[in-house]
Amino acid sequence: MAAGTVRLTGHGGDDIEAYLARPVDRAGFGSVVVLHHMPGYDEPSKEITRRFASRGYAALMPNLHYRDAPGAGPDDASAASRANGGVPDDRLVGDVSAVVSYLKALDGANGKVGVIGYCSGGRQSFLAACKLPLDAAVDCYGGAVMRLREGMGMKVTPVVGLAEGLSCPLLGLFGEEDKSPSPDETAELSAELTRLGKEHEFHTYPDAGHSFFSVNRPSYRPEAANEGWERIWEFYGRLLAS
Amino acid sequence: MCTYLTEKIEISGSGKGASGWFALRGATVYFDHPVHAQAEHTLNIDFVDPAKGPSARVAVELTAESARALARAIETTLGSVPAGLAE
Repeated sequence: MAAGTVRLTGHGGDDIEAYLARPVDRAGFGSVVVLHHMPGYDEPSKEITRRFASRGYAALMPNLHYRDAPGAGPDDASAASRANGGVPDDRLVGDVSAVVSYLKALDGANGKVGVIGYCSGGRQSFLAACKLPLDAAVDCYGGAVMRLREGMGMKVTPVVGLAEGLSCPLLGLFGEEDKSPSPDETAELSAELTRLGKEHEFHTYPDAGHSFFSVNRPSYRPEAANEGWERIWEFYGRLLAS
Repeated sequence: MCTYLTEKIEISGSGKGASGWFALRGATVYFDHPVHAQAEHTLNIDFVDPAKGPSARVAVELTAESARALARAIETTLGSVPAGLAE
């Protein structure tokens, strides 16, 4: 694989950075947009991006906090983004659209593009799949899809109302001990998607809470994470691989 | 969970960051995932001067218990200051 930072034109014509990892030993590969978690465009998220390339996908992760702090470290950029009210939804959709175009134009790409997001990126993955034509979407414990709690200081609103526009199958990976999204919320989301006739597959893992994929955090749950990765490879293998 | 809960206040004082001392203009307080602390969630405070850029930041990540102890210590300290000194 080859990996490194690239520049592209994001929402509103803004120059943004993104982390690209792609296969170098094959053509006809599918592609994945990786949406990082709230702590930002950090090393563990880049590792996740490379993991997709190791499985034969091109993966591109935009730095969603880039505009808030060009050139700053991911922790400072994440703090600046939070202080600015978070990532606006329209900007997110515009950036993902630009990333999709970039991936489709890669030499050797098969034209199929999926999206995956973790934590806040899980909600954004759902949002992007409702607003853009995609081939597969994965929501890893995205909160605030169904509802918000009181007292939020950021400009984040539930996105379940957009479900009618969901353009592709959705894989949801959740922890039974998570509070946001809680198992009740994901069950409600599943019921709504069923009502709308939207293909989806949800898995909720016991003894796992939020961020169970995060290998550098105490929330890491290897059993749930390993199971989750297997579901991702099956899902993308069916929908993105040639 | 991502709590998204964020309080922003204006403050006046100074803090010592990666590049030395600087004047503090604001603080962001939130309870969410830490960057460094080995806890699922922490009470995080960013002391900042937005005019000096995102790296003009003094950050702390405290367990909920530690944050409450700190808040009590601050109130106790300010409460014991002689009248008129800390208005």
